[in-house]
Amino acid sequence: MKPFTIEDAASPQDAVTRFARDNGEAVYCAGGTTMIDLIKLNLAQPRRVINLLPLRAASNPITFDDRGLTSAATTTMSEVIAHPTVAEQFPVLIDSLRLAASAQLRNAATVGGNLLQRTRCAYFRDRNAACNKHTPGSGCSAMQGDSRGLAILGTSGHCIANYAGDLAIALTALDARLTLLDSNGQERILSVDALHRLPEDQPHIETNLKPGELIVSITIPPQSWQSSLYLKLRDRASYAFALASAAVAVNLDGTSVREVRIALGGLAAKPWRCREAEAFLQGKPITIANAAAAATLCLQGARTDDHRRFKLELGKRTLVRALLDVASTQTGE
Amino acid sequence: MNKTLIINGRSYDLELDPRTTLLDLLREQLDLIGTKKGCDFGHCGACTVHIDGKRVVSCLKLAGTVDGPVTTIEGIDKDDQLHRMQSEFLAFDAYQCGYCTPGQIMSAIACVAEGNAATRDQIKEAMSGNLCRCSAHPNIVAAIEAYRDGVGEQR
Repeated sequence: MKPFTIEDAASPQDAVTRFARDNGEAVYCAGGTTMIDLIKLNLAQPRRVINLLPLRAASNPITFDDRGLTSAATTTMSEVIAHPTVAEQFPVLIDSLRLAASAQLRNAATVGGNLLQRTRCAYFRDRNAACNKHTPGSGCSAMQGDSRGLAILGTSGHCIANYAGDLAIALTALDARLTLLDSNGQERILSVDALHRLPEDQPHIETNLKPGELIVSITIPPQSWQSSLYLKLRDRASYAFALASAAVAVNLDGTSVREVRIALGGLAAKPWRCREAEAFLQGKPITIANAAAAATLCLQGARTDDHRRFKLELGKRTLVRALLDVASTQTGE
Repeated sequence: MNKTLIINGRSYDLELDPRTTLLDLLREQLDLIGTKKGCDFGHCGACTVHIDGKRVVSCLKLAGTVDGPVTTIEGIDKDDQLHRMQSEFLAFDAYQCGYCTPGQIMSAIACVAEGNAATRDQIKEAMSGNLCRCSAHPNIVAAIEAYRDGVGEQR
């Protein structure tokens, strides 16, 4: 681990100003559960660590107004889970958080940092493996290696890593937006759906954030949902990353879909919003047949190999069950 | 860098290499070796301590960014009497080699305090961040149930 200094950020503006003082050698760190991990793996080699925890004192963890629900980026996962109004309005959000990581990590990890967690691809995490993410142009060891946990959607000939997080899947389904601050003090809004990039031929560029741009807060629009949930399938019952997951939210007229939102996790290079499947379900009842047809639309274009072929069927069944469950919660069937 | 930390009720004025994790500070500089280093990557929970009463893994926390009072396994006894969770771990044989035990106990105390110990399933879910290679998990859950049922009692 190379030497670094720690600087406390006094405000979001102070944080971005500090970041801009050198050329890409600074990192932001809040809870540390992602960043310290990456530093220990030499996947981040900062000269300066800008500590965002002091921002917590001056920010409202969670607020509601006519823009919707806004969480400061430095609010911890546990703090969101414990918020009674969030639990009432957005079960899908709470499920995505409480099914992620462990109690210890959720107490430290912030929601802003959670969105920016890196893939858990074992070859990415091995500095000595060929990996186009950590060493552009070096190749991809995963393609000839153990790729069982990796992506089948949104991959490229340069990278098959999956996005590992859960929260971003729920936020993508809910059309959440990020408030960002750049080093010139300019604010802008970016949808969570547009935060992560597909790997294409530059898998090392993972997000659409500008260098030094800071996530200040996350806002979920005030749309109400009759029913929503996050279904996560994994190798063990707790404390594991998703093999496949689905975030769904629905408003029904009787038994027909008035509005539905669908996003998949664990299966794709980035949080995977499925607008075609949403449009397909519009006006239809959520039957097994309709849910299966929607799932087929979501998984179209999937690329698999012997290690990952099971994820195609697993992904479809995950979404079918999530859709049937979210509809039955609503209609009481 | 200089940092003042409250650990187990005592104030420490520290001179730190900024790279020092809270775990390494406790073990290597302060001789508080009850907190154990297992994986050092936040997977195993052996290094669990409380910051401001909340359980966290000390291996993924830079000491220089700690923003509240720290409690370790050395700080939970009262007047040299074992904490009742420690007694229940003894009573239920909730360990074999004992290496994960300090982290299990710190996590277990927080698990009950959070209200996440109503049922066996809830305890298993809330304790999933603490791994035991000796697989003492059933006895750990039993010890936590006994502790929960005795909250408020003297022993």
